[in-house]
Amino acid sequence: MPCVEETYDIVVVGAGHAGCEAALAAARLGFETIVFTVSVDSIALMPCNPNIGGSSKGHLVRELDALGGEMGKVIDKTFIQSKMLNESKGPAVHSLRAQADKQDYTREMRRVLENTDHLTVRQAEVSEILTEEIVGTVSEERKTSENMVKKRRIIGVKTYSGAVYKCRAVVLATGVYLRARCIYGDVSNPTGPNGLQAANHLTDSLVENGIEMFRFKTGTPARADKRSIDFSKMEEQFGDKRVVPFSFSTDPESVQKEQVSCWLTYTNEKTHEIIRANLDRSPLFSGAIEGTGPRYCPSIEDKVVKFPDKERHQVFVEPEGLYTNEMYLGGMSSSLPEDVQYAMYRTVPGLEHVKIVRNAYAIEYDCINPRQLDASLEFKNIEGLFSGGQFNGSSGYEEAAVQGFMAGVNAARKLQGKEAVILDRSQAYIGVLIDDLVTKENHEPYRMMTSRAEYRLLLRQDNADLRLRKIGYEIGLVTEEQYRYVLWKEKAIEEEVTRLEKKTLGANETVQTFLEKHQSTLLKSGTTMAELIKRPELNYDMLAELDEDRPELPQDVQKQIDINLKYAGYIRRQMQQVAQFKKLENRKLPKNFDYSTVKSLRLEAVQKLNLYQPLNIGQASRISGVSPADISVLMVHLEQMGRK
Amino acid sequence: MVNTDTIAAIATAMGNSGIGIVRISGDEAIAVADRVFKTKNGKKKLAGEKSHTIHYGFICDGDEIIDEVLVMLMRGPRSFTAEDTVEIDCHGGMLVTRKILETVLKAGARIAEPGEFTKRAFLNGRIDLSQAEAVIDVINSKNEYALRSSVEQLRGSVSKKIKGLREKILYEIAFIESALDDPEHISLDGYRDKLYGVAEEAEKELTKLIRSSSNGRVISEGIKTVILGKPNAGKSSLMNVLVGEDRAIVTDIAGTTRDILEEHISLQGISLNIVDTAGIRNTDDVVEKIGVSRAMDAAEDADLIIYVVDGSRDLDENDRQIMNFIHDRKAVVLLNKSDLEPVVSVEEITEASGHPVIAVSAKEETGIDRLEEEIKSMFYEGEIDFNDQVMITNVRHAKALKEALESIRMVKQSIEEGMPEDFYSIDLMNAYEKLGLIVGESVEDDLVNEIFSKFCMGK
Repeated sequence: MPCVEETYDIVVVGAGHAGCEAALAAARLGFETIVFTVSVDSIALMPCNPNIGGSSKGHLVRELDALGGEMGKVIDKTFIQSKMLNESKGPAVHSLRAQADKQDYTREMRRVLENTDHLTVRQAEVSEILTEEIVGTVSEERKTSENMVKKRRIIGVKTYSGAVYKCRAVVLATGVYLRARCIYGDVSNPTGPNGLQAANHLTDSLVENGIEMFRFKTGTPARADKRSIDFSKMEEQFGDKRVVPFSFSTDPESVQKEQVSCWLTYTNEKTHEIIRANLDRSPLFSGAIEGTGPRYCPSIEDKVVKFPDKERHQVFVEPEGLYTNEMYLGGMSSSLPEDVQYAMYRTVPGLEHVKIVRNAYAIEYDCINPRQLDASLEFKNIEGLFSGGQFNGSSGYEEAAVQGFMAGVNAARKLQGKEAVILDRSQAYIGVLIDDLVTKENHEPYRMMTSRAEYRLLLRQDNADLRLRKIGYEIGLVTEEQYRYVLWKEKAIEEEVTRLEKKTLGANETVQTFLEKHQSTLLKSGTTMAELIKRPELNYDMLAELDEDRPELPQDVQKQIDINLKYAGYIRRQMQQVAQFKKLENRKLPKNFDYSTVKSLRLEAVQKLNLYQPLNIGQASRISGVSPADISVLMVHLEQMGRK
Repeated sequence: MVNTDTIAAIATAMGNSGIGIVRISGDEAIAVADRVFKTKNGKKKLAGEKSHTIHYGFICDGDEIIDEVLVMLMRGPRSFTAEDTVEIDCHGGMLVTRKILETVLKAGARIAEPGEFTKRAFLNGRIDLSQAEAVIDVINSKNEYALRSSVEQLRGSVSKKIKGLREKILYEIAFIESALDDPEHISLDGYRDKLYGVAEEAEKELTKLIRSSSNGRVISEGIKTVILGKPNAGKSSLMNVLVGEDRAIVTDIAGTTRDILEEHISLQGISLNIVDTAGIRNTDDVVEKIGVSRAMDAAEDADLIIYVVDGSRDLDENDRQIMNFIHDRKAVVLLNKSDLEPVVSVEEITEASGHPVIAVSAKEETGIDRLEEEIKSMFYEGEIDFNDQVMITNVRHAKALKEALESIRMVKQSIEEGMPEDFYSIDLMNAYEKLGLIVGESVEDDLVNEIFSKFCMGK
């Protein structure tokens, strides 16, 4: 039977947040790219919470933007409220979060995709990946190791209708659609979110190719009709007066617009009583759900069971967009039966007469065990097959987007014959996220958290451009102009910091009056401008009046100067730690290496190392079950091999 | 070159040598040495000296002179590790050598991992390829030894205290971190004052731990000594004499003696760790109840055995059994009750046990000084071996405890200076990690688990 057969450079499966970034990156780098989605109307869909960013997730978006990704630009155009979280805390944990107009967001991302050269959008379900065995190119090390799986290479994909798309690289970004099942009470729908078609065939093909699958679950709360909510019983939550854009290329003035409010209310003992009384009807507790859920976004029934002493839980009522009356009931995700959902929501002040538009539900889906991936997000055993997003066992739009981007970039670089771009833990939250996914045992959907970044003082959202623009430029997704600006910025910061460190101030009357005015300790003898900036009650901006030869610098540069001086001690300490860390990261390990050939390695270490195939000594040292002594042994062995 | 940070360790086997050597290696080796080494006129700096030269002077900790030393300067690559290396030769004796090592660590070096000098020498091409396996063996065996001595010998109560402290610290980190990750659900309002209190508590506890454990030495150290003898031979009296109030008990952590059932005494600068198989100071009766065989079990891996014979009674089967047992072991035989009419002769026992015999009277406290002399000479002549890794481990632990204390103080300082909350958890984490080194626990996923189990996060 004749079938459609086409050829592309790169195929992207899925057009969610990961798929969009992957497809855009690949196409923008000049590769003929096709992106498949089960529904063109649901490109960049936000099926859960209506926001982008949040603690540490905001960092991811800024980093993605610095590298040349799209998410930040799209949310800057489509947000309806924006807040900088943690403003009262240190600069490292400031994090942007915006409420999105969901439909606008989808539409804007779709517009970008449809107008990108070399990019084709196609509605179809991919049901198979096509691979072939690699012959004749097996490396020397691999020949000696028999326990390794044979390496295959991707040659294309096949859709459910039988069409074949040949290609040189594939990025899988299937999100929560693989064998998806939406569940509440005893209702179980074999669909993806919002009744969208699930992808029920691809899993089999992946398993046939030797890929190990996990089954995860997540959930979402109900959406309610705005007209049925009494907001007078809730606390109004406003956006920031001055909005900071996500994207480094967005004009800050363009995002100063009227914002909508969110609302805060609380559950109470009555709510909890209803939940407890109906626990036996929850598929989570009855065992109907087999997938592993995330601990950081528990359902309301989980919260009530796990924290019985908590008298109330917050409920954030957030608009889904300007076009709709639907409101998201944040904090009350659930898989309880429909009638229980009604009963429990109606105990909450302001929701007494609530009308539900969409039920809360839990969703189960297939994803992979991400340890099968290299840090480049390419499968270790299948050449040219990359993956990103929830398919890799993560959770969240932002986590998905950054992985999709890296997978798309690295797929393109593979075809360019260039080395993969791998960000390490000292360079970006993206590096932490991917390193955690590929080296740590992951048993639940992985969410980015600021506590996971050990060098977070250096990985701030305000300096993502300084950290990553150059890399984005090298990749080819950052313009010459953007690149030059960062080079200039770096120099400007350095020069101004040096000037401030040298600039001395005497204990004269002007200075003392100034200090007195700002309730700062008076000077006993002369000091430098830099020393004064370090005082908690002072900053760079305030000291302008004592600083007659200060150059005029843009806001973002001034901010860096302030932070660099104020937290100099801590920053220096982290930089020393990073220097140590880098030494181990730079010790590369051979690919596809059989660790059982290393004498004196403990058995557990051999097994783990063979399984994970770490890229370098640093990564090896982070694998649980690999001890410092094993690392020493490994280093001696490497040296021995190197000298032979 | 892989690691160039500066490491230090004691290079000589402890105890059996008149000279102790502390070796420092790495980029900063000379700078570190210059911070602690002073020549007589105080002017000479090693940094300005030629390689492969020897210098006379003193090791000082601030104004305090620790020892008179010879320092050997070797610049890389012409050294064992091929890095800049300084060796400090001191007068030996484990207390002084250790004090020097501690001073060097304070000056900025890190204590070497087991086998690390050898590893560096190899990695830097100083050891022949054919010896690679031997190098790996050294690393492995030293590691095993170190691990065994560090975790297993940790006293029960100390381990409990440190674990308790770590739990408290982890809770606070998890609280801060969950609030940072989910600021809309978890508030840090008023938290500073609470944390300040917790930090003060932790500071007190750590200070106490460091002080009471003889400057941070939290594991038993010294020559493992077991006193053998049949009931009524006078073991407990001897013990009482040795541990008597006029003698220094090296360690006095409240409650620990009972946990580990040992006594530490310092005998003319030599640390004896006398194993008390059933709480010798409780009652005399208990001691007398210990069967000979049970005591012998304890003596199995002792560094030194003191065998007490009752000179006023005839030798019996038990005595012969013990003498047979100690024949090829390091032992001293005491002929006790020399104040009574002897029925056993010194010669007889010397022959049967193969060890020198000292006549003592525990009751009259005579002959004890001879026992001390004997032990001392055995020690300095290298007859008694002991687990010197323990001492290294102690130095490591002491450093970790002090660093944990330092980090807790930084937390207090950050609070006082009004630093934002996310800075507290940096130092708290540091303290948590350092304490983890002592109890042999790493961080891994502790924090994330603690966050999720203790605090109710959003969505």
